[in-house]
Amino acid sequence: MRADVQDDAGGRPLLVDVQGLSIGFAPAGAPIVQGIDLAIQAGECVALVGESGSGKSLTARSLLNLAGDGARVEARRFRIRGQDARAFREVDWRWLRGTVTGLVMQDALVSLDPLRTIGQEVGEVLSEHRILRGRRAIDARVIEVLGRVGIPDPEIRARQYAHQLSGGLRQRALIASAIAGEPDLIIADEPTTSLDVTVQAQVLEVLAQRVRAGAGLLLISHDLAVVGGIADRVIVLRDGRVVDSGTTADVLTRPRHPYTRGLIDAIPSFASRGRRLGPASARSPDRIAPLRHPPPARDDTVVLEVRGIAKRYARPAGFGRRALATTALDDVSFDVRAGEVVGIVGESGSGKSTCARIVLGLLSPDSGTVRLLGEPWSRIRETERRRLRPRLQYIPQDALSSFDPRYRVSEIIAENLAGLRPAARAARTAELLEQVGLRDDLAGRYPRSLSGGQRQRVSIARALAAEPALIVCDEPVSALDIGIQAQVLDLLCDLRARLGTALLFISHDLGVIQHLADRVLVFHHGRLVEHGPVGEVLTTPADPYTRTLLASQPRLEYGLPRHAH
Amino acid sequence: MPSPTLWSRILGRLLTSLVVAWASVTAAFLALHVLPGRIEDILAGDVDTPGLREAIAAEWGLDRSLPEQYWAFVSRIVGGDLGTSYVLRQPVREIVGSQLWPTVQLALTAGVLAVVLAVVVALLTAGRGRLSRTVASALELVLASTPVFWTGILLLMLFSFTLRWFPVSGGNGWQALVLPSIALALPTAGLLAQVLREAIEKTLDQPFVTTVRARGVAELTIRARHVLRHALLPTVTLGGWLIGGLLGGAVITEKVFGRPGLGSVTLGAVLTHDVPVVLAVVLLAAFVHVAASTLLDILYLLIDPRLRAA
Repeated sequence: MRADVQDDAGGRPLLVDVQGLSIGFAPAGAPIVQGIDLAIQAGECVALVGESGSGKSLTARSLLNLAGDGARVEARRFRIRGQDARAFREVDWRWLRGTVTGLVMQDALVSLDPLRTIGQEVGEVLSEHRILRGRRAIDARVIEVLGRVGIPDPEIRARQYAHQLSGGLRQRALIASAIAGEPDLIIADEPTTSLDVTVQAQVLEVLAQRVRAGAGLLLISHDLAVVGGIADRVIVLRDGRVVDSGTTADVLTRPRHPYTRGLIDAIPSFASRGRRLGPASARSPDRIAPLRHPPPARDDTVVLEVRGIAKRYARPAGFGRRALATTALDDVSFDVRAGEVVGIVGESGSGKSTCARIVLGLLSPDSGTVRLLGEPWSRIRETERRRLRPRLQYIPQDALSSFDPRYRVSEIIAENLAGLRPAARAARTAELLEQVGLRDDLAGRYPRSLSGGQRQRVSIARALAAEPALIVCDEPVSALDIGIQAQVLDLLCDLRARLGTALLFISHDLGVIQHLADRVLVFHHGRLVEHGPVGEVLTTPADPYTRTLLASQPRLEYGLPRHAH
Repeated sequence: MPSPTLWSRILGRLLTSLVVAWASVTAAFLALHVLPGRIEDILAGDVDTPGLREAIAAEWGLDRSLPEQYWAFVSRIVGGDLGTSYVLRQPVREIVGSQLWPTVQLALTAGVLAVVLAVVVALLTAGRGRLSRTVASALELVLASTPVFWTGILLLMLFSFTLRWFPVSGGNGWQALVLPSIALALPTAGLLAQVLREAIEKTLDQPFVTTVRARGVAELTIRARHVLRHALLPTVTLGGWLIGGLLGGAVITEKVFGRPGLGSVTLGAVLTHDVPVVLAVVLLAAFVHVAASTLLDILYLLIDPRLRAA
């Protein structure tokens, strides 16, 4: 099978040459993916971009014949390294996997076998395909590959398990397990989703190195900005069909299809401040009509006053281990004024969430004080807090798990409408649903039957029901598709302008903060390293860590391939 | 290589087991004293020879204070002395000791057979064609709900009376072990296979299975090397029940197949009110359970490295 490699006009071998690909499941059902053309050369990165349900993962998996049980894959032309894959038997596919194609998935914590060591996982492809024989030879190669993806102390890491590694190292280990068999083509399915921006930049660089070393890379992402820095060509999928394709520069700067235009417009950044990210009407997603947001209403009332809060977590000494103390938060002070949006950025473990929990009064600080609307808020009894509770609301990242699954939407919102008669409550619920852009016939539905965007809107409506002075938003759009994220961010901007509610907005996505926030707090290792107006801190940062964050941010403006040919 | 944390956790678990074992000894002692009637009468059982009651009182030190008696009781059991059966005129340790091995042999053989059957059936049928799955599942349900003695009688009729392949009763040689082990193993295997298959199917949906498939690993290897280990976790939870079921089932099976063993000893002791023997069997059962659950907890730590950290 190694011979017979077909060359394209440019002389570089075509790793993948697919035309008219369609994939369906039920024998009579409509295909989920239809009419897709895909060609990947060696040393080239092709990106498949689309929202969830667009068929991008399915398309990529079909190159490994792993589209799923009962999937029917049809194509006019389906060649992998010059071989007609339509004639492949299961043995041929199995040989192909790991040696010709390697797969990198999202979240190594669940994508590597959690019960086996990193070394066992990376070495499996070598022993399975008899690429190397003997444990010593395999171990040596494992350590070499782990080093190649930039894992320090590979000898130690090879003996550890996925849960013992940090998110970034784990993801590198997953890449190592995919490239250990020296495949010509790497398929990376959302390889950096759920990673911090700095780690994301490092992981993308590891993949870019493989491309420079001559591998083909099929990168699947929902995020055009991520793809812009590494891909040579971009294919935009929507509902299983290609809506746009071309070189990265072409697609990002001169999108042919309004849908691509919409995806680009939906990316939040400094440039998008004050305009809508999503289309004006949710019912016609193809039409874009950017609207100016009305200027936010502001006054100088201090809603939240945080002074010198600190939190340490101690692990008591146990049998055969020393006591360990970690500082989650160290001497943090800031204010939030009425109608103001204060963004908090930092990577996981920086103390963002600890700070949010102290502000919410769910966690007591070891030292320092929090005052809400001028009254004491930290270190008092919960019964004393209850009176002020309605003025402080919370929007979580995962709305669904914050709902009682047996409550209907109306009941979820009504939780914050205490003391109203049933008729008044129903009227207020309808008003709130309209405010967050939901039809009022959703009131009787259960949260499970709603889409991700609808759930987050319900969660916003629930927060608004209490007429709060401040809403703490903890990564409220991080789990949403870019289009839905745009709509939710637009909604938050609207509401904040109309109602004057202050927001304390936590996000690992700098673009969201640049788009939305007035001031920004940068957290690093539990310390507030820098704070000030967004325009200053995130353009001319004083702190080296903020500079690293900014440099790691994927940006469309630099959407040209990093590796020149 | 097990880490220091692993060792400290194992040691901690062993200490807890010792406490539980001590508690069961105490419970046995209390039960003896709470029972209505004089302790000499209880211990003597159905035997009534002159001077026996006095001998028992002297041996058990019944004239001493309760704490002293308790201390003597605990130290005797720690030393392995289980007392004397006045019915059989023999040390209890000898009676139980001579009958223990046939029962352990039967329970072990049946246990291994059940696990092997369940693993093979579950590995081959999980997530595969609907027909094989339905047939296997129905068969397992029937097996799991059939009492041991009924399976035993059916096996005897077919293989001993009709085909004459195996002896009808007795405890000599491996031939005598075949039918009782199968009878005892089948209900356990049925239930284990059901639990295991569901766990395997759940694991097959995990993202890491896709990663392993993308390495070109063969389907059966994926199941044996990756999936089975995950599926074992919920199955180990059943382990305590399984060991209890095997020991309890062994007693009935011994009766059906006329095998020697703890079953016949216990039954005899209960019928003749031979309390020292009953007490010893109760304590033995408690110790076996403690040992089994300790072993299973340690097994968890060995299977799942994530449990070792916390």
